[in-house]
Amino acid sequence: METALFYFFGAISLIAAINVVVQKRVFYSAISLILCLCAVAALYLMLEAPFIAAVQIIVYAGAIMVLFLFVIMLLDPFSAAILRDKKKSLVYAAVLLGILALATIVPLLNSYNPSRAPRNPISADGGTGTASHFGQILFTEYLLPFEMTSVLILAAIIGVVVLSKRRP
Amino acid sequence: MDLMHYLILSLLLFIVGAVGFVIKKNIISVFLCLELMLNAANLSFVAFSRHLNQVHGQIFVFFVMVVAAAEAAVGLAITIVLYRNRNTLNVDDADTMKW
Repeated sequence: METALFYFFGAISLIAAINVVVQKRVFYSAISLILCLCAVAALYLMLEAPFIAAVQIIVYAGAIMVLFLFVIMLLDPFSAAILRDKKKSLVYAAVLLGILALATIVPLLNSYNPSRAPRNPISADGGTGTASHFGQILFTEYLLPFEMTSVLILAAIIGVVVLSKRRP
Repeated sequence: MDLMHYLILSLLLFIVGAVGFVIKKNIISVFLCLELMLNAANLSFVAFSRHLNQVHGQIFVFFVMVVAAAEAAVGLAITIVLYRNRNTLNVDDADTMKW
């Protein structure tokens, strides 16, 4: 059952990802990416990370992609001429590069022996992915990085406001 | 499902994103492919987190999402400014700093 679900959601995410690349209109690309993100969120659920799955749906597929769609509609790509993709030779070179990367990395992956990796015993409080455990680690061990992300977001907010302000 | 299946899927998603990043002309499509690559990296983080039974990988995914949100906001603002100043979305038209 789990195997079937993995292949189902994996196939959906992969097909949606390929559709993002081959689609001519950027609006359909964005919609396809949302489908891909949702399929990956389902995979997160299967990996016993329900909090990450929820954040993926809410923040990624919700907030970030809505921002993308907002800008796409604001710039109105439907009335503009569709941008043709780059030269055919570059496309072939890119696909070749992808195949080359695959051929390089797959043997590396195969040489990694998962059984040698340390496997911690499952804790008694019901898995590692629960929101309470996640929050406990986040607010103790990773408190400083967590606070620093707020500075990062503040910098992003200020940058966006400065960028999009109309110069007098 | 073992770790390897998830890693292979993550690898495939990343390669698709990387190829799209190179061949797309529309700057928003390039951003979408960037998000695809970040997402593939996140998938392998969570797969390792499950495999090693530690929550640290998921916390990394959390931080990657925060950075992705900031990056998307700033990138789209740059896109809007580019469109306003040059009236184009073509990445090849914005190559002043390339040469």
